[in-house]
This record gives sequence, C-alpha cells and structure tokens, in this order.
Amino acid sequence: MSTVQPFHQVTGIAAPLLRANIDTDAIAPSRFRPASLSKYGYEAALFAGLRFDEDGAERPDFVLNQPPYRNAVALVVGPNFGCGSSRETAVWALRDFGIRAVIAPTFGSIFETNCLRNGLLPLSLPPAEHQRLADETFAPTASAHLTIDLDTCRVAAADGPQHTFTIDERSRRQLLSGLDTIGETLLLRETITRFRTRDRHRRPWNYPTRSTTPEGPTDG
Amino acid sequence: MTSDTATTATGTTDTTDTTDRPRSVIDKIWDQHVVAELDDDTSLLHIDRILLHDRSGGLALRAVRDEGRQLFDRDLVFGTMDHVVDTRPGRDDRTPVPGGAMFIDAFRAEARHQGVTLFDIADPRQGISHVVFPEQGIALPGTTMICADSHTPTLGGIGALAWGVGVTECEHALATQTLAIRRPATMLARFEGTPGDRVVAKDLILALIASIGAGGATGHAIEFAGSAISALGVEARMTLCNMAVEAGARTGVVAPDEKLLDYLKGRPYAPVGPAWDQAARAWLDLRSDHAAPYDRTTTLQVDGLGPQVTWGTSPQHATGIDSFVPHPDELADPAAARRALDYMDLRPGTALSSVAIDAAYLGSCTNARLSDLRIAADVLRGHRVAEGVTAICVPGSTAVRRAAEAEGLDRVFVDAGFQWRESGCGLCFYAGGDRFPAGARVISSTNRNFENRQGPGVRTHLASPATVAASALAGRLADPRER
Ligand code: SF4
Repeated sequence: MSTVQPFHQVTGIAAPLLRANIDTDAIAPSRFRPASLSKYGYEAALFAGLRFDEDGAERPDFVLNQPPYRNAVALVVGPNFGCGSSRETAVWALRDFGIRAVIAPTFGSIFETNCLRNGLLPLSLPPAEHQRLADETFAPTASAHLTIDLDTCRVAAADGPQHTFTIDERSRRQLLSGLDTIGETLLLRETITRFRTRDRHRRPWNYPTRSTTPEGPTDG
Repeated sequence: MTSDTATTATGTTDTTDTTDRPRSVIDKIWDQHVVAELDDDTSLLHIDRILLHDRSGGLALRAVRDEGRQLFDRDLVFGTMDHVVDTRPGRDDRTPVPGGAMFIDAFRAEARHQGVTLFDIADPRQGISHVVFPEQGIALPGTTMICADSHTPTLGGIGALAWGVGVTECEHALATQTLAIRRPATMLARFEGTPGDRVVAKDLILALIASIGAGGATGHAIEFAGSAISALGVEARMTLCNMAVEAGARTGVVAPDEKLLDYLKGRPYAPVGPAWDQAARAWLDLRSDHAAPYDRTTTLQVDGLGPQVTWGTSPQHATGIDSFVPHPDELADPAAARRALDYMDLRPGTALSSVAIDAAYLGSCTNARLSDLRIAADVLRGHRVAEGVTAICVPGSTAVRRAAEAEGLDRVFVDAGFQWRESGCGLCFYAGGDRFPAGARVISSTNRNFENRQGPGVRTHLASPATVAASALAGRLADPRER
C-alpha cells in the first residue's frame, strides 16, 4: 500500500524564497525526466533552472546552494506559491530534496492538494503574520531554524514567538497518520455503488457505453 | 423541483435536488455529485469522467495496478496523446521530447492493458485533451471531470465542473471514481456590454486577470455570466474557462443554454433520441437561479474594451495593445514587475505596438479550435508574414485540422508563411524538445507567459488569435483592428 511519511513535528533549517507566484515549472522544470516512470528520483529537478547553470554546476547565488540552507527542511515562500501546471513532480522534487513543509500566505490549489497527498505540509499564514515569521526566522541574528508542530498547529522560529496556523481537520489527520487515502475511500465502496445506481437512473447519459462512431465530427 | 432524498449507509444525506434555496450552476452540479459528506466542508464527489494524457496517464494507470487495484469504471476513463507527441508533419511515435517515448509507450501499454479508450497518435480523434473531449461529446454539461492537467477547467465552457489534479489524485479517482474535496468558494464574474471589433474571449479573460490578479480567484470556482458571455460561442467560452486557472481559480463554468445544446447535438458520445431530450432538459435546469448566492461578485464593463496583450511574465501583466509598457512603481508589486520587465527586455513607457517580434504561435488548448483558426485566417488572408518572423499554427485537434483543411484555411496559413502542423501541445510549453530560440520574442495564443515556458529565455506575449495573426504580419505587436 502506498503510504507517506507521517508528519508530527519538524525542526530544522528553513530557506527563504519570498518572491510571489513561483510556479510549478520553476519548482521542477518540465524538461527534467526521471530515468523511469516513477514518483521518486526528482531531487535534482528541484529549482533546476535557478539552482544549476547550463552545465549543471551549482549557481552559488541560489539560496539552496548556500549553507545552511542546503539542509533546509522547510521553505518560507511568497504568495501563490505552486501556481501553474498541475505537475506533481514539483512536490516530489521538494520531498526528495528533504523539504517537509512550505510556508506561504497562499498556494496554488492543485499544488496544495498535491503536497497533502505526499506528506508535505502546505502551511498558510495570513500575510502580516507570514511576514513576521519570516522576519523572526531570517533576521541577521537569527539561526534560520524553525519548529513546526502539527499536533498543536504551531510554528515558531528558534527563540521566536509561536504562531498558530489553521488547517482543515481531515488534511491534518491524514498528514499525522500518513494515511492511504484511496484505501480509506474504498471503505465506502458500497456507498459509492449505491450513489451510482441512483445516479444512473437519474442521469443515464452520464454513463456512456463505448462509442459506435469510429470518428469524430468534422466541424471543430 | 423534484425531491429524491436518500440516506446512505454512512448516515449522510444525499442532498440532490432537494433544496428550494436559490443555487448557482456550481452548487447544482456539486450537489448532484455528492456521494457522502465527509468532515469539514469536504465531500466525496462522484467523478463522471477521468481524462488522461500521455504525460501522466501511463504513470497514473500503472500506479493503480502497482497497488493491486483496479479501475472502478473503465468506461468513464478516456485518454489522448497530446503533451509529448511530435507536431511536425509526417510524425510518428518519435518525439523531440527527450524521454518522451517512454511516456507514450507506457500510456499506450497501460491503456490497452486496462481497457481504457485511447485516441492514439494516428487516430483521427487525437488532439489536445481539452479540445478533444468536448469535440467528441465525452465532456457533457453537468458532469464532473478531472484530468492531470491544470487547464482542465476549459471544459467549464460546456457547463461542467472540471478541474486539474495531480497524478496521485488522478489515481484516487481511477480506483474509486470519486475524489474527497472541499467545496470551493464561488465567484460570479459578470461581463457586461459589447466589446470592440476583433475583441474576443481571450481579451475578456486577460482583462479580468489583469483586474483581479493572478491569485485573485484563489480557491474559487468562477461562473462567467453577463451579456458579453451569452453572446460568445461555445468554443470561445472554453477559452474563457481555460484561463480561469490563471487567476488562481479552481475552475470556471458557463451555465448551459440553447447555444450549447446546438453545439453538442450529434457528437459521437452525446446522448441520442429520448435520452437526448431528457438530458437537454436537465442541462437547461442547471442555469443559476435568480438571486443565487456567491461568495464574491465582480463585474467587468467591456464596452469599448480593446485587444489585450501581456507585457510581463504573469498573465496578470496584461494591458491594451494600444497602450504602453507600465512603470513598475505604479504596480502592486514593483519588484516582481521589474524582474518581469528585465526578463522581457522591455522598458517602461515603450509603446507596445512598437515592440518587434521574432515568432508568432497559434496553438494550444486556449485558442486553437476551428473558430480561432477562422479568426486568424480572416486577418491573414491575402497577406504575408513579416520578413524574419517564424510563424507556426498547431491546430487543437486532428479533427480541427481536417475541418480547417476542408474549408481551405490551411492554404491561407501556408500562403501567409505559417507552418501548418499536426495537433498536440507542441510549442505551448517547453519539455526539452521543440522550443523557440533563447531570447526570442513570441506573440502567442497560449495561456502562460511564465519565464522559460516556451523555451529557456523565450519571451512570450499572450494575445488572441486575431492579435497573433496581425502581429505576425506586422513583425511587431500589432492591433488586429488596424487590419
Ligand atoms: S496546450 Fe499547453 S496549456 Fe494546453 S494542455 Fe497542452 S501544454 Fe497545457
């Protein structure tokens, strides 16, 4: 069964990437291909366009190439992070790099769901509070350490005040347990089947059998 | 209203059609698909169509099998080859996308193995997912549909709720025919008035995104309505919904009307006979009730709206083509705007119509349907693309390509100097294969002008098919009204 790593408490380095609208193609460029059809093996894809030059050498000015951030377990990012393409490779690349949580004012909605399905916490804070947390974490005197506690829904920079975040209960439960969501839904198989029996009666056209026409219409 | 409340095994109530409170088309479709209420605002929704493409279809199908599971209902799963296929004439299985063959092979093998209908490369029904599925009548009004592609909301143009998901969610739907999702907030976007000549759906949606921002509809499902929307053809409505996601929306929808019924009738998978009559009645009932509530409403007056074009690297960076590159300090996020102008190599205050282009691209799920090709051909007819401009047309589907050829549009494009290609995603996005040269400036009928979207360093200006055609002829960003 597919399971994901449960998420309870994570402490470690956070890296700042505070630009708005970082899209999934920037997070994991589309040209990157794994050797086989797999959900794993995307570590090198992470921010590849920003992290590496054309020859594959690290760009020293990119944050994840700098100590201590190359060991980051969390990213503090700008609004609408993960907008754009639905590609789940963006989340797999973050996960394979070692990122457990992404902290933003808002997320692209497909990306947010993809995080949850892979055991990453998409942690959203209201803009002002997000800014305060970023300031506390990345102040010149701060250590860039964060602690995120999903049991209590709190996040804090080392020596900083606690910020409470909200996440819907179902997502929280799934992250805490690393639950197999397909298995959970299949427990409702009979309910699904009953719905379909009723629905087929009500909307028979929604259940097509295979087309008998070999070809589509010629008018677009 | 009919009443058919039923209590399910889990004690939850099926709320279908039972309420007399006014509801929007979004609420109505949602309510009809609730299999069970889970916790919070989350419902287990029945998914009527699972649409797969070459890029993730093989992985999703294989993942189901690897977990020892089966497709819940293979008759509701359809696939097409679009993302990595070659678009050059005379193509076969080979693709310029490195590693692309692996995706094609795996998808074909898994589809065959698991009995999924697949429009393969040589199939006359092949094309870009969001073009093909409405064209075949597989996407129907009032359905819920998902595809592992963010532009799935395109299908909202035929009065359905459709949205993009990741591979893992796709896998969930394949194995259970459902998804557990939170009810989106709703937004009514009204477009009132009559836009100017040669101002089309693409201009309307770019103007909306410029006004509310690329994150302006985050978490919302948008219903597009108003006099300017009723006036649009069904294909144009798909263009509109296609870009709802560029405003951050989960999806977009235009409620069914008679025009939509005309569009759907006779399509291969559409119902026929008495089933059609029954379906047509049910679809028209999906229209939003008077006084239906929305979480947000926004109204755009489009009287006199001109053609739009983007100047930056986000779809929100759009303005009138007869206008100027804005000054970053006048914008909400000056740092982002400066970065965008830097990437685009543009200076504030420059007249957009003076910006020279290297290439013109007419293609993608946004604007490559027959009506789009006709609009562009009208502008091109009897003219030649400017010296030095690479111009490419990639029809949205093989059926569109053939229909265009049947009415001689291919001649118009070729005579004007456009390449006339096979259908696929092609140069809409760079996946390591086809691309425009680094630094090239492209006027494009696509939906994303992100950095590197059409190739490393490529500078994309989004616009309508009319504006793409006019610009190709002029060799610079050009106003189609001047043609
Ligand atoms: S045409 Fe472009 S936007 Fe549309 S599905 Fe293909 S790659 Fe995505």
